[in-house]
Amino acid sequence: MSKKVLDLLKEKFGAAIVETHAQFGDDTAVIAPESWRAAALFLRDDNRLAMNMFTDLCGVDFHRQRAEGQPRFEVVCHLRSLQHAHRIRIKSRVGDEEGEVVEIDSLVPVWRGADWFERETFDLMGITFKGHPDLRRILMYPEFKGHPLRKDYPANKTQPLIPYREGTQDKLFPFREDEGMSFGRQTFDHRNDRGES
Amino acid sequence: MGNVSSGRGGSSVHVIESGDVGFATTRVDALLNWAKKYSLFQYPYVTACCAMEFMAMASPRFDMARFGAEAPRFSPRQADLLWVVGTISQRQAPALKRIYEQMADPKWVLAFGTCASCGGFYDNYTTLAGIDKVIPCDVYVPGCPPRPEAVIDGLLLLQDKIARGDRTPGIVKPRTDPLVPDGSALIQIGKKPELDGGGEA
Repeated sequence: MSKKVLDLLKEKFGAAIVETHAQFGDDTAVIAPESWRAAALFLRDDNRLAMNMFTDLCGVDFHRQRAEGQPRFEVVCHLRSLQHAHRIRIKSRVGDEEGEVVEIDSLVPVWRGADWFERETFDLMGITFKGHPDLRRILMYPEFKGHPLRKDYPANKTQPLIPYREGTQDKLFPFREDEGMSFGRQTFDHRNDRGES
Repeated sequence: MGNVSSGRGGSSVHVIESGDVGFATTRVDALLNWAKKYSLFQYPYVTACCAMEFMAMASPRFDMARFGAEAPRFSPRQADLLWVVGTISQRQAPALKRIYEQMADPKWVLAFGTCASCGGFYDNYTTLAGIDKVIPCDVYVPGCPPRPEAVIDGLLLLQDKIARGDRTPGIVKPRTDPLVPDGSALIQIGKKPELDGGGEA
């Protein structure tokens, strides 16, 4: 049934559909960023598709996992049609390895519900959505530097708004040094040093 | 004369009945501390899931009123005891500090649950790793969330500290010490039921 959605997309956009797959009822299309909003409009407005429910939008960081020159980030969006009861996942790959310029068209003009999702993705991943009406941080405070869910954000870096009390950098009495969750500390660098392929 | 309360005689304790006149001697600071410890007006700074356990603890079933601590005050100016119940994020830390500074002396702070005590498993970019990073804390009650018994134990610990004039931080011990595998280091919150037969230690 739902294979039709991917066929319609491919028929309409051709080479702008980078890749697709359908498995266990999950239809996924990877769309070139230039066609991101056009594809969204097509998915919403075509009567055979009628994706009128915006479900989710988020970002994925593939830092140092992509081949040279490939985009580092992936924007993932889930859509559903209430009339036809089918759904699709669309993705787009954006950004360079430094993560300085990561831009994609905003979907807020297509679905109003994308507003806060894009703000969250901007806040935590640093993906800029062009055409968003009010793109600012939504979870972190405005003083926060960087984007905490990027893989190159240090795992134990905090940015306190007020200075800590004196002598509280370490564990305070009655807590001991061995208490806490030191085993939870995994950094990207550590994983990379093991020389995994 | 009033009745001697102890049937064994030789006690100096008298129960004063109506119409009797009596007196007691004490030190002024001891009297003040006694008054303070039984009139803790609390400011609940409740942010997370521990609130559910806090509500249970504040309910008639566990009856905090027994300890003179039943009156919540939603203005820090009127409160003596700041309950920090739940996770404090970095973004919230200035507000918490401001609340603490608005409270009038004497004031105490109780960290309710693991997150307030040390950040718990929120060991990340957004969470304050324990409220003692920004405000001094008197009693830590670990648990995720703590049982009401543990919280009441923390309250009693705080009262004990107030009576002694002791401001060093105290921690409510878990029922069993996880460092001791056989559980022999049992710390009694409530009295553990005596097992007859006496299994090998």
